[in-house]
Amino acid sequence: MIRSLPTGRFYRFGYTAYVSLFYLFLFSPLVITCILAFNDSNFPGLPWEGFTLDWFFADEEHRTGIFHDDRNLNATWISLQTAVAVAFLSLIIGTMAAFLFEQEQFRFKQALFFLALTPLVIPGVILGISLLLASNSAGLFFENNLGIDFEILRPSFGLVVLGQMSFISTFVMLVVSARLKKFDTSLEDAALNLGATRPQVIRYITIPYLKPALIGAGSVAFLMSFENFNTTLFLVGSDTTLPISLYLQVRDGSTPLINAISFVLIISTSVLALVNLLVSQKKID
Amino acid sequence: MAGRLTLYIFLAPVLLWLFLLIVLPHIDLFFISLQAENDMGDMVWSLSNYEAFFTEKIYWLTFLRTAVYAILTTILTFLITFPIAFYITKVVSLRVSGFFTILLLVPFWVSELVRIYGWMILLRESGVFNHYLMQLGLIDKPIEMLYNDISMIMGLVYTSMLFMVVPLISSLEGLDDGLIEAAYDLGASKIVIIWKIVIPYIMPGITSGSIVVFMLTLGNYLTPNLMGGKNSLWFTEQIYNQFIASFNWNQGAAFGFLLLILSTLIIWIGLKVTRQNLSRALS
Repeated sequence: MIRSLPTGRFYRFGYTAYVSLFYLFLFSPLVITCILAFNDSNFPGLPWEGFTLDWFFADEEHRTGIFHDDRNLNATWISLQTAVAVAFLSLIIGTMAAFLFEQEQFRFKQALFFLALTPLVIPGVILGISLLLASNSAGLFFENNLGIDFEILRPSFGLVVLGQMSFISTFVMLVVSARLKKFDTSLEDAALNLGATRPQVIRYITIPYLKPALIGAGSVAFLMSFENFNTTLFLVGSDTTLPISLYLQVRDGSTPLINAISFVLIISTSVLALVNLLVSQKKID
Repeated sequence: MAGRLTLYIFLAPVLLWLFLLIVLPHIDLFFISLQAENDMGDMVWSLSNYEAFFTEKIYWLTFLRTAVYAILTTILTFLITFPIAFYITKVVSLRVSGFFTILLLVPFWVSELVRIYGWMILLRESGVFNHYLMQLGLIDKPIEMLYNDISMIMGLVYTSMLFMVVPLISSLEGLDDGLIEAAYDLGASKIVIIWKIVIPYIMPGITSGSIVVFMLTLGNYLTPNLMGGKNSLWFTEQIYNQFIASFNWNQGAAFGFLLLILSTLIIWIGLKVTRQNLSRALS
């Protein structure tokens, strides 16, 4: 049953078989996507027609590799910009929220904390449409009453950043809070007793202690933003992000070009995931 | 005095975030859902958006179907991932347990779209499975394995497994092996041990995993759309249609508000039944 207890051979065999099947189930779609990125066929499927790198480097009329495909390169660039902006803003807001709820005392703290958790239980589609409606209402209000037209209130890059930030900040808050809970506050007290100001304590004592959590939360925030679909779908303007652009292509029939993009995404996120996991493992040791 | 100042420095951005991006937009969503165009083409207060929901069979049927399938997906996700979480934390030798965990987590960092695309390549009529089945002579002509309820549920389970398995692993890690050993020595069977000791102990993990999986499934658009096809009838697609295709934002707002009520209600019932609270379940 568990390591220290004896089990029957049949039971152990069955359990191992189940676990193997599970991992097969987990990896088969990813592995097949990667393999077919190198198939010399105009259709992403079998039979195998031979190895090619066309879907990465070709620049012909009916075969464009990803490094010459302006549409997806452009979408990737926009997604990267969005992800950097969202990770940066969510880190600031989320960390401030963590400090607020872990270290400060004020009225209605519990209620506000509850409110800060709600973005996690609101479906992303609803966050998207409610922000779309509200920004549209606000835009109309400003235009009718003040005669000013705010670009950010229309579906645009800025609105996507705000929409994604609204729930990614909560993730950052939870990750940073978890580490802040384990923090020995006597370190802060000692620094304060020795004459440090509160900002100095935060700058030189607390932030260095939080660094692993900040790096971890930042990379998760980056990835969540880069891959977000549900919220972005309603807020995006003419500059489509990569997930939206890929969705439109997959829906309308696909070419191995999608496999090549997927291959790059799988490899780069796996590397990022491994680095992040190793960094956080180190933190625990 | 300085203490008050730091409080306000932390409080101001948090209040801005929560009120401008969460509270106000949802109030606006509610108000807009209560407005509709009258015969003259003017916007007036009206319940007609909600009326349409209850009178058009396709709307409430899709709503009900989405709710039932989201609950089903949550239960299936738990049943599939629990043995895996147990295996990693309690069965496999400690040396390889870390490796198994990393192997489990990495695929979930990859975008949902890429994972779903992989399943499409495997399952579709011209897909990899059909290619091999034909080569083995098991079938004469390709079968369409995509675009049905089973493939859709499978896709939903696949995309949400991570959010169940991580809380399960972390609560199982806290379970003292001695408890299981003691029960075993006293003659309890495997089923009794799981049911009477393991499950009650990891209930907080099960609750938080279920809340997140349920919410993500209910609000999912990609997977039902790409793996369920035209038959998917997922409620988020109705919302999308109202916003993007029909451009009827008031009707879409009403649908959005109803989905919000549904998800809040089911999560609240789940918390009550398992005697948990939201703050504990999520953090």
